[in-house]
Amino acid sequence: MSILGTRVVRTEDPQFLTRGAVYTDDLTDERLTGALHATFVRSQVAHAKILSVDTEAAKQAPGVVAVYTAADLTDLPPLAPPFPFIAAEFERQWLCTDTVRFVGDAIAVVLTEERYQGEDAAEQVVVDLDVLPAVVGTANAAKDETILFPAAGTNVLAAFGEPAPADFFDGCEVVVEQAVVNQRVAPVPLETRATSAVWGEDGRVTVWCTNQGAQQAKGQIAEWLGLDASLVHLITPDVGGGFGAKIGADPEYALVAHLAKLSGRPVRWTESRSENLTTMLHGRGQDQVVKIGGTRDGKVLAYSLVTDQDGGAYPRIGVVLPTLTMLMTPGTYAFPKVHAQARALATNTTPIGAYRGAGRPEATAAVERAMDLFAAEIGMDPAQVRRINLVPKFDEPHTTLMGATYDSGDYVAALDKALEASGYAELRAEQQARRERGDARQLGIGISTYVEITGADNGAGTGEEAELEVHPDGTATVLTGTSPHGQGHATTWAMLASDQLGIPVEKITVLHGDTDRIPKGGGTMGSRSLQQGGAAVHQAAVELVEVAKKRAAERLEANPDDLIVDLGSASLQVKGTPGVSVSFAELAAEEALMVQTTFTAAAATFPFGAHVAVVETDVESGKATVVRIVTVDDAGTIINPLLAEGQRHGGIAQGVAQALLEEVLYDEDGNPQTSTLADYPFISATELPSFELVEMATPTPMNPLGAKGIGEAGTIGSTPAVQSAVIDSVAHLGVRHVDMPATSMRVWKAVQAAQAGAQHQNGSTN
Amino acid sequence: MQVSMTVNGQQRTDEVEPRMLLAHHLRDNLGLTATNIGCDSTSCGACTVIVDGLSVKSCTVLALQAEGSQVTTLEGLAGEDGELHPVQAAFQSEHGLQCGFCTSGMVMASVGVLAANPNPTDREVREGLEGNLCRCTGYHNIVQAVLKAAEAGPVAGQVPQTQEVSA
Repeated sequence: MSILGTRVVRTEDPQFLTRGAVYTDDLTDERLTGALHATFVRSQVAHAKILSVDTEAAKQAPGVVAVYTAADLTDLPPLAPPFPFIAAEFERQWLCTDTVRFVGDAIAVVLTEERYQGEDAAEQVVVDLDVLPAVVGTANAAKDETILFPAAGTNVLAAFGEPAPADFFDGCEVVVEQAVVNQRVAPVPLETRATSAVWGEDGRVTVWCTNQGAQQAKGQIAEWLGLDASLVHLITPDVGGGFGAKIGADPEYALVAHLAKLSGRPVRWTESRSENLTTMLHGRGQDQVVKIGGTRDGKVLAYSLVTDQDGGAYPRIGVVLPTLTMLMTPGTYAFPKVHAQARALATNTTPIGAYRGAGRPEATAAVERAMDLFAAEIGMDPAQVRRINLVPKFDEPHTTLMGATYDSGDYVAALDKALEASGYAELRAEQQARRERGDARQLGIGISTYVEITGADNGAGTGEEAELEVHPDGTATVLTGTSPHGQGHATTWAMLASDQLGIPVEKITVLHGDTDRIPKGGGTMGSRSLQQGGAAVHQAAVELVEVAKKRAAERLEANPDDLIVDLGSASLQVKGTPGVSVSFAELAAEEALMVQTTFTAAAATFPFGAHVAVVETDVESGKATVVRIVTVDDAGTIINPLLAEGQRHGGIAQGVAQALLEEVLYDEDGNPQTSTLADYPFISATELPSFELVEMATPTPMNPLGAKGIGEAGTIGSTPAVQSAVIDSVAHLGVRHVDMPATSMRVWKAVQAAQAGAQHQNGSTN
Repeated sequence: MQVSMTVNGQQRTDEVEPRMLLAHHLRDNLGLTATNIGCDSTSCGACTVIVDGLSVKSCTVLALQAEGSQVTTLEGLAGEDGELHPVQAAFQSEHGLQCGFCTSGMVMASVGVLAANPNPTDREVREGLEGNLCRCTGYHNIVQAVLKAAEAGPVAGQVPQTQEVSA
């Protein structure tokens, strides 16, 4: 029996559970002996002109070695916008020169001998500011009354698509329109950002940082600092979570490396959580308008999604996320007409980047909300409306009106499985009974179906490399350009090699995140790793067996085609003659047994599924509690169910968190209101039930493993299911819509408004 | 100032600033980096250790306050022969950790939960771990791990260096 598909426990766990992993702040590399601690002086005001920065007092503070401001960095060119279609005027200074644009914008850096001295000294830096009006929210940004980058002349960072034609909804019996907020959230990996840097006598800089892809971060740092890439050695040690927010280098990492050069000492930086919550990239942050039209018997004829993406103070990945939202606009549905348009706007807030799902959850939340509104308008069960409009099962790729080519899918089956596992009919009956009794705790049932894009860079031709070497002692080493930070690649990649070679998983070491040893790699993001990096390891193992067969054939005086792998002994045998064999280790002892290969997936894959969420809402207080979540998440062939389930669990929880609790808030002056974990309502164990996972696996033809991505699916499905369940729990009281997060206050207000008859009827009926 | 405490069974005496947090003392002075720091508001629990039988957040205790105390960190939880503590073993078998950053605190807090309640329900485990945040697992397998560890009996709520632990 193959090891693939079995529940192998993680080989990395014994160390994590006894000595702890080694994160960037844990490093004891001798090159970091005597390292200085960097502390950033950051703006406490969202938008202001800088009149002066006085560092004299700070320079006299205990332990201070140096204090740097923009004046010390004139040899570094400003940070250009990350995409060529963004106007060059939206450039960013390493340290602010004349303007601060969000609370947290970096103004100065203090280097001290000891950690605690940095905070003391940073407080001694005196910054004189002339406060400007702050732009908070996309609606304010769009007015262009206050412009963050006057030279650009507008707050619009980028615009995508055209308005819908005037006749777009002609012929629809029913049209419903709704403004929908997909709120800004904080990724909050438990490990905050951290980096260390030291320059060697050879003129090379070694940078350690917590990141989702060493190679990409290295390239960015080299480019920013104007260094030849060969001069940067970047290492990602164990990484304490990423969730998209650790994709690519942050300016702080490059700046710390630069200051290590200026100061002539190694430098370390580990941000505090409050610094993290105000300066690490946030996620989501879309203001959407959904409009859906169709017939009274449930057929959707046209759907439009218009999105304003909050980009934050400086353009980062967030600017392009609406393009993924647009691509996935119709989701699982076969709408005859689809329209999407978006723009990204600069605001005086923390820049926006990727967060688990990154653009796709926003598309799913929008279309699922639209489907519920449409169902409510025509008085049809939301499951039935979905079934009528789902793309039917397909085995050949299905290309949508937005140009996405779905690889394989059976959305109706996923929905049916989720409904059946949840006991949907019984739930509806229970809900009806509670409504009739007027119970204080009302039941809400939310359904979502989703399809998302994973391995979006598949087909771009870059591929992913793997190196596999068997050693004479019978162990093996895998080198991968993917970059685990909780996903368990050390175990799964070992399983993929073991599956071909028979070398036990515990004898296979997986290395990653060191650009000197692994110069090329795409990192771990966008649920790409297994279908690219994993597939590359599989391919390397297959190729290594072929190399070994040729060499064994000579040694055994047999035809290579007559040799088979005996997994039990990790050897090659002559078919039918088990006594004539040679192990991979013996071959490695003769001559290095190593393969380096590149796997290039033909195209992206599209995992899909359906979620049913059940909430109980206390109608008096508005508090909604998730009591059940039933999920079907079809990610193709599963290599390690234990780890795949773990990915689903984490994703589901983050979706519930966005639907019910979490939101980054600013006041109208741009002051963060959620800058500590005491204020930011990070979801805890008490706010979640255990999850009910239903299996479904439709393999993809895009890689030999049949695997699609599983990292983000849980989040994409659960967010709208939970939001929908909350609204459903009070729908009988006249509530049509509640924005996320559906907090007690929001739900209570919606109920009060509905009961007062003041609920705005946002929909219109033709 | 000088501070003395027994950490994982070893007597340690060090010079510390009066304001130094126990978490930083363990990490920076004693090199016990399994204890992680994930916030600055006593919210995340990544720094949870056991002090004189109580699971506490070491970011909220001054090193000086632990004078004369018995402190157990994750590094001191396994047996001398390397045998995993029942909570450690269950976290592995139930896949109760992913990135690992919350794990040290989560394991130590779980020992505290089981000390106070050797046979908890799913809900009781969740309430016991409310002060420990995890972004990766959705808590599902952490809860399963604690329930699994409870099957080992009272030893799951004990640490090698102290006789009694309570939540």
